[in-house]
Amino acid sequence: MKISFPHMGYSYIALKWLVNHLGHECIVPPEPSKKTLDLGVRYSPEFACIPFKILTGTYLEVAEKGAEIILTSGGMGPCRAGYYWVMHQYLLDEIGKKVKVIAFEPPLCNLRDFWQKLHRLRVSGGLSVKAFIQVLKITWEKIKAIDDIEMKSYHIRPYEEKRGETTRALWKALEFVDEANREDEVDEARQEGLNVLQGVRRDESRDPLKMGIIGEIYVVLEPSANHYLQIMLGEMGVYSDRSIYLSSYTRKNTIVNLEGDIFQVARPYLNEAPIGGHGVNSIGETILYARHGFDGVVQLAPFACIPEIVAKSIIPAVSRDFDIPVLTLFIDEQTGKAGVQTRLEAFVDLMEKRRELKRQRERWAI
Amino acid sequence: MKKAYLGVDVGSVSTNLVVIDENKQVVAAEYLRTSGQPIATVQKGLYSIGQEVATHFEIAGVGTTGSARYLSSIIIGADIVKNEITAHAIAASSMVGEVNTIIEIGGQDSKIIILRDGVVTDFAMNTVCAAGTGSFLDQQASRLSIPIEDFGNLALKAKNPVRIAGRCAVFAESDMIHKQQLGYNNEDIIAGLCEALVRNYMNNVGKGKEILAPVLFQGGVAANQGLVEAFNKYLEIEVIVPPWYDVMGAIGAALLARRAVEKKKKSSFKGFNIQEINFKTRSFECQGCSNACEVVQFFENDDLIARWGDRCGKWELQAV
Repeated sequence: MKISFPHMGYSYIALKWLVNHLGHECIVPPEPSKKTLDLGVRYSPEFACIPFKILTGTYLEVAEKGAEIILTSGGMGPCRAGYYWVMHQYLLDEIGKKVKVIAFEPPLCNLRDFWQKLHRLRVSGGLSVKAFIQVLKITWEKIKAIDDIEMKSYHIRPYEEKRGETTRALWKALEFVDEANREDEVDEARQEGLNVLQGVRRDESRDPLKMGIIGEIYVVLEPSANHYLQIMLGEMGVYSDRSIYLSSYTRKNTIVNLEGDIFQVARPYLNEAPIGGHGVNSIGETILYARHGFDGVVQLAPFACIPEIVAKSIIPAVSRDFDIPVLTLFIDEQTGKAGVQTRLEAFVDLMEKRRELKRQRERWAI
Repeated sequence: MKKAYLGVDVGSVSTNLVVIDENKQVVAAEYLRTSGQPIATVQKGLYSIGQEVATHFEIAGVGTTGSARYLSSIIIGADIVKNEITAHAIAASSMVGEVNTIIEIGGQDSKIIILRDGVVTDFAMNTVCAAGTGSFLDQQASRLSIPIEDFGNLALKAKNPVRIAGRCAVFAESDMIHKQQLGYNNEDIIAGLCEALVRNYMNNVGKGKEILAPVLFQGGVAANQGLVEAFNKYLEIEVIVPPWYDVMGAIGAALLARRAVEKKKKSSFKGFNIQEINFKTRSFECQGCSNACEVVQFFENDDLIARWGDRCGKWELQAV
């Protein structure tokens, strides 16, 4: 069968490998572009949020390329995104595309449903259980390698001497992961990729500001949906850490991870969790970034996203109590990046000034 | 010749140029409509401000700001390029040292800047909606055939401002038309619109911000007395409209230029007489990879002076 899935950052590299090695044919989703947005806006309900519209566009593009099945995620809780796959199925049927949308609900929500869907994919691809588990394992390793490499690029970019060198090194590194087929090869590719990034010429005398990125998962994970925010920040000389990686909940060395309950952290401000989407996470993560000495936080929210709007109205209190500035960017159809750039530049000026004053005070204290 | 600094603010609606002397005093200012042609407008403005000051002052530094700040910096030869939020904050705190809040409403932007002890601590800018900015007021003024200059004064004459929905420009307009067809007079409708815009501003960009006096109101829209009055009423604070309210961004850019050349020593200013030069942009789609970036090339006469728009930076490197 011809299988596709939503485009989310660089995860397509691992998912493409997964689909192909399950014995199916992968239709790689194109990076969301102006065309994706045009299609999405044309066929989506007007008041749907931007992730919905981008996905509609993506699904139509992959349907055009012959995809028969689209794998996506469901979701529990009050955020309407959990129901998007049903809406998308209706939309695709209505437009007359013969595509089936299969959504994976979180395993904890309905374990049986989760395994049944996996089972069907395995059987239709003709894999043994053992081979199937091996393929899943390598895919997972690939996802982790991709995340490691991407994280590293955000460490390196603020120091790069020539604009674009890190971005090109990142593309090269991801190619290595793309070409790996065995577990040891993935590990090797990961090492080699990290080395390529390490090799970028850097000006170590710089002292980058540290910025945390929080918000709704799709606009945080998909660079083309957030005006390539993290790349833009890096090129402005800012180190950024984002709260969500596909593999981040299994990590210990990241700021947002499984250790400690994020809802617990947010509880003094919102005694109700979850409120859907990443609303409570955004509050908790702002606190975590403040505790880790970050200079500021950017909240990315799709226009009209209720969980993020709830978070936004609580964040000023967090910002005051923890003395950390937060900039909220609402994301919608606009593709002009000038507006985002202006706000970020001003925010960077603000953070720089604050850091200067803070250090001055610290010196006086000594 | 005395030293002076030039600040240029190229926005969506207006292009402002300001020359300040060593004592931070404004010696010349130009306010032009951008009319969708930033390059020609900058050339024109530069020439006419040059006529005013070139005989007495030597330009020792140039700063640009506004949404066309990068483009204009290449044309003029700027020493510093700064975003308009920082520029406005710098200008405001140099005029009123103890300023705590800045309300700035321009052609398509509205922003709030919170300062404490002369440092910007917070700011917000409208993101997805331009209701309540200068463009909308312009449009309504022309619909009612009232010169925009008289718009604010008419609002002051209102006896009973009507209530108008300020959430969205389109809804505000249909609300206004509805009230107008019911026979309300223009004064009351315009005053109602001013109040609606203030409400929208406070709910949108002003949400959750601690607004303390002194409050400065600047940007082109501050010329509107009706809005000044509406802010006074809503905030219960007398807002201050500074003397150069409409060119504050440019003043900020000039002040920043003054600071920048202290380190840099020599200015990159190309001179006032650039209106003869033919600036043009041409673009092409890079075929290097699947990203297909649109690369913009900027020419001064026939010389390529800048390139941008590529994600990987490979074209940018080749430009001199």
